[in-house]
Amino acid sequence: MDFDKELDARGLNCPLPILRCKKALNDCTSGQVLKVVSTDPGSVKDFAAFAKQTGNELLASSEAGSEYTFFIKKK
Amino acid sequence: MDDQKKMAIIATKGTLDWAYPPFILASTAAALGYETQIFFTFYGLQMLRKDLSGLKVSPLGNPGMPMKMPFGPKWFRDINWNMPNAIQSLVPGYESLATVLMKQTIKNNGVASIPELRELCQEAEVKFIACQMTVELFGFEHSDFIDGVEYGGAATFFEFAGETDICLYI
Repeated sequence: MDFDKELDARGLNCPLPILRCKKALNDCTSGQVLKVVSTDPGSVKDFAAFAKQTGNELLASSEAGSEYTFFIKKK
Repeated sequence: MDDQKKMAIIATKGTLDWAYPPFILASTAAALGYETQIFFTFYGLQMLRKDLSGLKVSPLGNPGMPMKMPFGPKWFRDINWNMPNAIQSLVPGYESLATVLMKQTIKNNGVASIPELRELCQEAEVKFIACQMTVELFGFEHSDFIDGVEYGGAATFFEFAGETDICLYI
């Protein structure tokens, strides 16, 4: 999937992946896509909840090994 | 009234472990778009001090706290070193040792430090209010605390808390 910015949240634990994501989205313009890679298993549910509550769209969420990848489109 | 969601927290504990919930919840709420305030009272004031090295964790009288080593092979890390309260209380520096081990465990797990979380809260414009009555009660000076803290009492808390969607006592 195409994306405009990437955030490496590997090794970070709750709530840092969400906080870093929020910060990274602040630097994006509306419609841009942010890719986030995380190793926190809790982040799967957290990113879905973050998207739902903030209105930023979670385009895709996938798991490969112990890494989780999310594509979030800024509102 | 605007439709922005709001959250208020009363933070009353002054130990390293209990410093986490207020700062984690407040920073996350702010990231989710909540207007957030934390009211620090009694021992919670410790979390506002410029120097946070006084925040410690105590396994004494805390049966829920596993005492595990943050280094060595897995079988070694899995050992629980809990010991009876009477023995813990006699060992000098036991609390400091537990705090050092806890900080290392926190680091190993990619969990943020308290100074880091506090800074993230401030960046996200979480409002910190210190209870003026307990500041005086414990003999603190405003200069003991970080910049940006407001000072007020119970009525100040209610002014905001009365309009919140979530209100927690920690």
